Amino acid sequence: MTEFLMPSLGADMEAATVVEWRVKPGDAVKRGDIVAAVETDKGIIDIEVFEEGILQQILVPVGEKVSVGAVLAIFNGADQKSSKPPADPVEKEQPKPVPEPTQADQNAVPTPTAEKSTQRISPAAKKRAKALSVDLANVKGTGAQGAITTADVEQAAGNAKPDAMRQAIASAMSRSKQEIPHYYLATTVDMTDTLDWLAEKNASLPVQARRVYAVLLIKAVALALVEVPELNGYWVDGQFESSDQVNVGMAISLRQGGLIAPALHDVQGKTLDTLMAEFRDLVNRARAGRVSRAEFTEASVTVSSLGEQGVEMMYSIIHPPQVAIVSFGSVIERPWCVDGAVVPRKLMNVSLAADHRASDGHRGALFLNHVSQYLQQPELL
Amino acid sequence: MNRDQIKSVVLSELYSIAPELEDEDIATNTAFRDQFDFDSMDFLNFVIGLHETLKIDIPESDYPKLLSLSGCIAYLESKDLPG
Amino acid sequence: MSNQRESGTGETTYREAIRAAIREAMLEDPRVFLMGEDVGRYGGCYAVSKGLYEEFGPERVRDTPLSESVFVGAGIGAALGGMRPIVEVMSINFSLLCMDQIVNNAATIQHMSGGQFNIPLVIRMATGAGLQLAAQHSHSLEVLYAHIPGIRVVAPATLEDARGMLATALEDPDPVLIFEHAGLYNRPGQIAADAGAVDIDRAVVRRKGEDVTLITYGGSLYKTLDAAAALAEQGIHAEVIDLRSLRPLDEATLLDSVRRTQRAVVVDEGWRSGSLAAEVMARISEQAFYDLDAPLARVCSEEVPIPYAKHMEQAALPQTETIINTVKKCFGDRND
Repeated sequence: MTEFLMPSLGADMEAATVVEWRVKPGDAVKRGDIVAAVETDKGIIDIEVFEEGILQQILVPVGEKVSVGAVLAIFNGADQKSSKPPADPVEKEQPKPVPEPTQADQNAVPTPTAEKSTQRISPAAKKRAKALSVDLANVKGTGAQGAITTADVEQAAGNAKPDAMRQAIASAMSRSKQEIPHYYLATTVDMTDTLDWLAEKNASLPVQARRVYAVLLIKAVALALVEVPELNGYWVDGQFESSDQVNVGMAISLRQGGLIAPALHDVQGKTLDTLMAEFRDLVNRARAGRVSRAEFTEASVTVSSLGEQGVEMMYSIIHPPQVAIVSFGSVIERPWCVDGAVVPRKLMNVSLAADHRASDGHRGALFLNHVSQYLQQPELL
Repeated sequence: MNRDQIKSVVLSELYSIAPELEDEDIATNTAFRDQFDFDSMDFLNFVIGLHETLKIDIPESDYPKLLSLSGCIAYLESKDLPG
Repeated sequence: MSNQRESGTGETTYREAIRAAIREAMLEDPRVFLMGEDVGRYGGCYAVSKGLYEEFGPERVRDTPLSESVFVGAGIGAALGGMRPIVEVMSINFSLLCMDQIVNNAATIQHMSGGQFNIPLVIRMATGAGLQLAAQHSHSLEVLYAHIPGIRVVAPATLEDARGMLATALEDPDPVLIFEHAGLYNRPGQIAADAGAVDIDRAVVRRKGEDVTLITYGGSLYKTLDAAAALAEQGIHAEVIDLRSLRPLDEATLLDSVRRTQRAVVVDEGWRSGSLAAEVMARISEQAFYDLDAPLARVCSEEVPIPYAKHMEQAALPQTETIINTVKKCFGDRND
């Protein structure tokens, strides 16, 4: 049995309408025969078959438009010609004479000859594969009696990791842009005094205890969210659920490529020193691939920055089911007006992308205002 | 500590942060950040590593001197470290 | 003796360790006595009780007629009467003659009396092959007793257990069977001068490893440890567990290990069919199936009456080499 598909008649072709069938069920065809004509954006084009056989059934009647790859008709292969009488000339609704098992049937009832059913998989490997989302069809077994072992699965998971991560990012970001009505706000914060304050604090601290300014940003975001709670939580089943804790997801790029956003928990209640230690630990563990499930799944908001790459401003995509993401640009020394005079100041852009279903721009503006205030009064952090 | 010893300490600290660098040439005068993925957390880990291995204090104001391999070597040479 | 233990270690043998344990028990508790075939004047068929008759006299080291049913039954009666008998059955093969006393009386009376009567009896017997004693003196039938509720079954493999299990068994209010592998009696070694009572209900990890768990007991322990040492040189790090208690089985220790290593091989000198190895494997399958990374495997004796001829006897028993080969099969391609 052969499926005869709507061919792609040009890279830009997506669909076409069947305008004519030149064969009917029971007709024998050979390679190269014109069997139908279809109308594309560019005009009517004859289409040919590439195999010998007998037309068993037409699935797309004249006048119907289908996309590239759709099954237009079923042919029986040359070797099956004699074994099946042509079907009655034909109503589409008639029960299909399809004796061969479909793909789905084969999966449901594995036959002894199907390769999949002979592949042995140890119980532990099966469990591990599920945990790591590894497709066992592509894993080679090296264990006892040729079975796939946990070591095989873990190796396959290691190989597949970037792809799986790419897939996960693709699906979350597509969902976000399809479902979440984003609104974006941005402002500029004068970081000069705060960075001086930080440098002064750090001067008296040993290397391990020094704080990076990113910790100030995280804490400022958390405190501002306490005051604007409709940005902190999840959009679930058509309504907003606020989160009691501020669990800040940190967008962390991985050395081997990809991105994860594990969370620092309960940020609003923690000291800068605690946050610094947890932040450093989280980054190091994230890059070593050792982040806990809770850290992965429980962020109530995300903070992102490409400032170190010299990016001045970024507008991010919300990570569903969260409802906001806060992004920081790099700190740049620029001319700035202070008290009527133009002076050099260290400036940083901060932007908010928020879910308009959960909050409005006015509240978002208030949030950014709070972030800016906290960042200019570091002693409050 | 001579120049070669210093260089090997610096490289081993870099490798411990970014193991994939072991197979690469590291340009002497180019900032780490411009050569490979090296962010502020990596840099902080790097400075902490130097601090712990060499038992020296590195004030934050000296961080700009440590941004490249040649910068690190020059800075650490100036510290006159015992062999 | 009991009040003047010395510190440090001393050279001893498995046989001497058991003898020291019996002697200590008799010194400490006048209710304890030893009874069995040739345990008195002859000093025991395996010379375990040598010298005890001279020291304690015929009242407390009693030679019995060649009738296992009679003297094990007498032991049960003595235990019921408040004594703490140690009954020696010369060989596990002969214990079949007193199996009725053990299974129908010793194991049941506490239950059938509604908890009124305990049987604080200890029965020791030699088990196992390797000494060219032929089929009627060489079998490993421990599993028959490990099947029976109402008794405790232990198998000391080390000098410390040979020295220490008896005292704890005597303290137990119910019957305890101690299986001493005949091949171990001559085993020499160092033992702490103050070695004393040990528990009789836990399995012990005799060698740590992370790749595979080897589970064994009694006379097979040393072959298994030798196999683990050889495997380590080939990159397979085997954990070796000594069951010590055959009934009840210390499942927690077994499962904890197997869940870590994800592979297990049981080494058991009994025959494969209906063996203790089978029971251990069944428990692992029941409780750790989803943690297994290879089929469970076992090394048992060939299913023949143990032969007399040395080369045939050795061929019938689990050996270090067969253990190594069986373990390697659990790793498939890794060793190709």
